[in-house]
Amino acid sequence: MNCKGRMDSKFMLMADLLCDKAATTTAMLREKLKTCTVEYITNNFDVESIWLNVIMKRLSMWRNFPELMNVGRTFHTSSVCGHIIKLTRLRVVDNSEIGKQAMAEGKPPKCIHIYNKKGVGTIGDKVLVAVKGEKKKGIIVGVKQNQPSLIPKFDSNNVVLIDDTGTPLGTRIHVPIPQILRTILKEKNVVKGVDYTKLLALATRFV
Amino acid sequence: MALWCRGVQRILVDVRPIFSLFQTIGNTEYSSLSSVSRPEGLGSDEAKEAKTVEGHKPIVPLECRFVYPEFLPDPRLDHRNSLREKLERMDMLNRRAHIDIPEFYVGSILAVTSSNSHAPEKSSRFVGICIQRGGCGLRASFILRNVIDHQGVEMFYEMYSPVVQKIEVLRLEKRLDNELLYLRDALPEYSTFQLDMEPEFLPEGAPVPVNPIKVKLKPRPWLERWERQELKGVQDLGLPERFYKRAAEVARPWEKYDLMKEYRASIPAEEQEEIFVEVYSQLQQLEVMRKKMKRRRTFVRPKKMG
Repeated sequence: MNCKGRMDSKFMLMADLLCDKAATTTAMLREKLKTCTVEYITNNFDVESIWLNVIMKRLSMWRNFPELMNVGRTFHTSSVCGHIIKLTRLRVVDNSEIGKQAMAEGKPPKCIHIYNKKGVGTIGDKVLVAVKGEKKKGIIVGVKQNQPSLIPKFDSNNVVLIDDTGTPLGTRIHVPIPQILRTILKEKNVVKGVDYTKLLALATRFV
Repeated sequence: MALWCRGVQRILVDVRPIFSLFQTIGNTEYSSLSSVSRPEGLGSDEAKEAKTVEGHKPIVPLECRFVYPEFLPDPRLDHRNSLREKLERMDMLNRRAHIDIPEFYVGSILAVTSSNSHAPEKSSRFVGICIQRGGCGLRASFILRNVIDHQGVEMFYEMYSPVVQKIEVLRLEKRLDNELLYLRDALPEYSTFQLDMEPEFLPEGAPVPVNPIKVKLKPRPWLERWERQELKGVQDLGLPERFYKRAAEVARPWEKYDLMKEYRASIPAEEQEEIFVEVYSQLQQLEVMRKKMKRRRTFVRPKKMG
């Protein structure tokens, strides 16, 4: 998510003021910015002096990189934590047809829901993913986020697609799977209901 | 005020090794660990002479701080507590009496066997290159990295954790950098190691070799801005000019001349000596014991010929 704090709302206001009400297109804003100086701002707008420096800096950035004009900040804040949240891209690691196609097309599935109370997925959590225009369920089998000792941390967020009864869609998992997943999935099983442990039988290697 | 005065006194005492450090900064290619780098002029012979003049203390080689870095406490003043540190050292020695924690460095290839209640055979083994080593006392830890089935996997281990059963060094070597976190952004072949790798032995008394390999990174985006860190083990990054310009702007090349910073970030040489005098004889005993055991164990069964 983009980080839009107080400072940025100020900038948006400035941008609105600098152009006319209707002129929200970047082209017109760019034209305005070419002529904009410190004097122009101080004369025409009521700006505290602390903001002035920051505003001029931002204006110069817009002048140099006009494509950044519609963006609040130029960096993202949620990817750094490595959280698996809604709209995080995941990597399908089984050989299910739909998963393979999605990965081959370069459109990895997006997580659209996490079935836990926290909203942040980790090893063993069930997620709802959007793959190739379909909704599928999956189990997270490896995460990028830093882990406590003796739990492996992977270079990608891996997911295995399953159906509603817990049966995996593929027949083989071609990356290593954390050992702790055995215990986690056994705990999550429902007697005579969903059986997640079928997934463990597909794994080729545990770490 | 009194505290400050004591601080100044300690600086005056500690100034000699620090100055010798600056003389050697230019020519030491590899300054290992965050503690005071080893001044080359002040070799172990000179130290031995100094000791024998005093005649009371046992001789402690200067390499101790590189071989057993976790025995040195956290240099942050608000984390210091001499009693706790002493108790921790005793606990560490007790743990070392039970398992062999060998000498290793960032860049060495290790195999760690740990009990694992989740595994069917109740223990698991992981092989990988050590990319980071840190922590003081009982909290000493390291990270192993390997690429298994084309998937990068990392494992974080606490050295003195009771679930660690065995630590083997498969290849003892150093790299050009103190941390190899850039291997996460490097091509996978640089962190791929066979799980059934055979241990390689160095001849007795040989210095630890430094592997001068230069790693090739994948194209951006990266996890960190590697161009801003002075990395020696990385090939040319191939970035546009503006990245290097910005790196030069935010660089702080004067910090390596900041005596006070260096002082705050390290344990003074005198204090290090005190600590190692306390534990060295026991460590030495453990080492001798282990060598004996190894000799006993390395009986090679004769193979059937023909």
